[in-house]
Amino acid sequence: MSKSAYSTPGKKGKFDKHIIVVWVDNEAGVLARVVGLFSGRGYNIESLAVAEVDAKLNISRITIVTTGTPQVIEQIKLQLRKLVPVHKVADFKREDKNVIFKEMALFKLVGNISKRKKAFNACKKYNAVLLDKTNKSYVVQVTALRREIDIMSKNLKKLGLVSVSRTGAVAMTRGAEIFK
Amino acid sequence: MPKLSTGAEIVFKCLEDQNVEFIFGYPGGAVLPIYDELKNHSSIKHILVRHEQGAGHAAEGYARSSGKPGVVLVTSGPGATNVVTALTDAYMDSIPLVCISGQVPTHLIGTDAFQECDTTGITRPCTKHNWLVKDIKDLSKIIHEAFEVATTGRPGPVLVDIPKDIQFQKAIYSKPKSKKKLNGKRHNNFDQKDIDELIKLMSKASKPIFYTGGGVINSGPRASVLLRELVDATGFPITSTLQGLGSFPGDDSSFLGMLGMHGTYEANNAMHDCDLMINIGARFDDRITGKIDEFSPKSKKVHIDIDPSSINKNVKVDLPIIGDVQDVISSTLKTIKKAKPNFANSNKQKISKWWEQIQKWREKKSLDYVNSTETIKPQYAVQRLYELTKGKDTYITTEVGQHQMWAAQHYKFDKPNRWMTSGGLGTMGYGLPAAVGVQIAHPKKLVIDIAGEASVLMTMQEMSTAVQYNLPIKIFILNNEYMGMVRQWQELLHDKNYSESYTAALPDFVKLAEAYGCVGIRATNPNELDDKIIEMLNTDRPVIFDCLVDKQENCFPMIPSGKPHNQMLLGPKDQEQNKITGKGKTLV
Repeated sequence: MSKSAYSTPGKKGKFDKHIIVVWVDNEAGVLARVVGLFSGRGYNIESLAVAEVDAKLNISRITIVTTGTPQVIEQIKLQLRKLVPVHKVADFKREDKNVIFKEMALFKLVGNISKRKKAFNACKKYNAVLLDKTNKSYVVQVTALRREIDIMSKNLKKLGLVSVSRTGAVAMTRGAEIFK
Repeated sequence: MPKLSTGAEIVFKCLEDQNVEFIFGYPGGAVLPIYDELKNHSSIKHILVRHEQGAGHAAEGYARSSGKPGVVLVTSGPGATNVVTALTDAYMDSIPLVCISGQVPTHLIGTDAFQECDTTGITRPCTKHNWLVKDIKDLSKIIHEAFEVATTGRPGPVLVDIPKDIQFQKAIYSKPKSKKKLNGKRHNNFDQKDIDELIKLMSKASKPIFYTGGGVINSGPRASVLLRELVDATGFPITSTLQGLGSFPGDDSSFLGMLGMHGTYEANNAMHDCDLMINIGARFDDRITGKIDEFSPKSKKVHIDIDPSSINKNVKVDLPIIGDVQDVISSTLKTIKKAKPNFANSNKQKISKWWEQIQKWREKKSLDYVNSTETIKPQYAVQRLYELTKGKDTYITTEVGQHQMWAAQHYKFDKPNRWMTSGGLGTMGYGLPAAVGVQIAHPKKLVIDIAGEASVLMTMQEMSTAVQYNLPIKIFILNNEYMGMVRQWQELLHDKNYSESYTAALPDFVKLAEAYGCVGIRATNPNELDDKIIEMLNTDRPVIFDCLVDKQENCFPMIPSGKPHNQMLLGPKDQEQNKITGKGKTLV
């Protein structure tokens, strides 16, 4: 570095994992606004799930898994709330016991029947559903936590896993209350 | 059956209902239907610029000096990309702009058509919001909403992209509706509890300071009046950011001058040592705070801002108050008057030591410079300009660089909306077109662009606009043949390696003025400066004033970025007295 006294970064805080849920008007460009805000300001996106949840009111729900210092997480929420098509923003800590997180994955397994059965059995504790089968292959759906799917997709390699497709996490609070 | 209007007609009906008097623009293929319609709307005057960036900055100058949103009209493709700098500038400095851009017809969008670009994609990060109008039925609603978004909350630029076929199609025009806040976004989010807490902190403080910014100006002229009352009612010292200048009288004894990288010694030291900092409408920008970890370490911090995302963005504060500056100050004053009518007097004793300390800092006279009888010192030029225009209710714009800082340091403002400068984005070439916009808003007032020769060349073509509309703007160029601020940093921080900061070929500005059809004046030495400035002021036409100044002069005081407030570099006088040694040397 030259002697030039350009600004140097300050102390960094501890990083936490958060799930940010954003309710937005389902209109053209809205996802680009949200994603552009993250990339433009240097925030992380670990995963992203988005779909319309209310066709009548035209509302989409975006679930973003992100990491950052408490200050950054606070900024993410405040910046999101400033976007015109954003209605509300919820924020859950990954550790929050009061919130359910789920991801879905599709596994394509190719191999002999015994290997495939073994693989399917291994998937069973993650709500496994056999969606398609031929005499060579299975397509299995599982819903689980991110790290569980990580482990499964590693372990199934030797049992004929040839392709994985997975969603970002979606989240919902437990109990009768909804986020206002 | 209600009357149907074309898209182009709807655009003008919206502008009329939004009380727009001027639009700054440049025609082109994709906005021709709108330009065709212009002749039918006599209450709206179009100002033809020479480059779309000029239209944007002119609209900014108009908006800042009048408090009304600036309106820009450009064509698709290059028209839209040229205005991006001005939109970003307005976004950084929170200036309300409504930009209407033409777009290729809807059926050609996405085909790489002639003069097509993804305008809403390109401008998404530099506007508060933007819209691509795909259905003529949405047009009036969108334009009204655009004005609403641009002018409410923290103001900023918006863009409405209108494909050419939509401009021809017909629909029923709908008037603006007053409606509840967009998606529940509220602007005042404080209550009496916050105000009481603020007053509690104020009465406890023994070293308080007000740190005020552009938010006071944006809140409207009433906010500046209330700010003066608040300073009177408390007896606290006050400093201002670059953007806040004018909200408090620059020659008042409570005013410590501007703070920040080129702020005064007293303002920066007071910020560093205070025990209570009350930030009113400023945003803890890096040019203000210096090194964040060592920023005002001993103070309780209060932050009054209309934008919730400004809170704790750069600096963690103890008491955030989210609201319009005017409303917050007004509530604070009411509460002080009720609960502590004699606050200033009873508090005097408590903060007297603080004022003594400030007085000591003031004695450093950090804005002093070594004057010369041979060459014009740039600071001297600004001081003379100030003295000779004082009392004329002058509007000042600037470009970006040393001259901008000298103008901020030596030109004293006593009213809001008189000072237009690009602070956030730091756009060279801002001042000349901004002066055009200011003069449009205030045709009878004196408007001066304090400029540098490098900056002003970036948008020089707008002189032609000034001549076309008989706008007697004065372009006061502090000509040192260098990009002065770049040269200064190279001298102080890059071993005097003046890499590409000297302009080896400059135009003759007097002849250039004549070529544009305006008046050129040159001042070469301090003895003739006053006469030449008076000659400029007496000229009722646009003037380019070529003021040849000292080429080596540096702008002091200076906090090298990444350093805290109490490690300032002072000017040559001080450096001679205290030969820089040890600690001082490591700074440069």
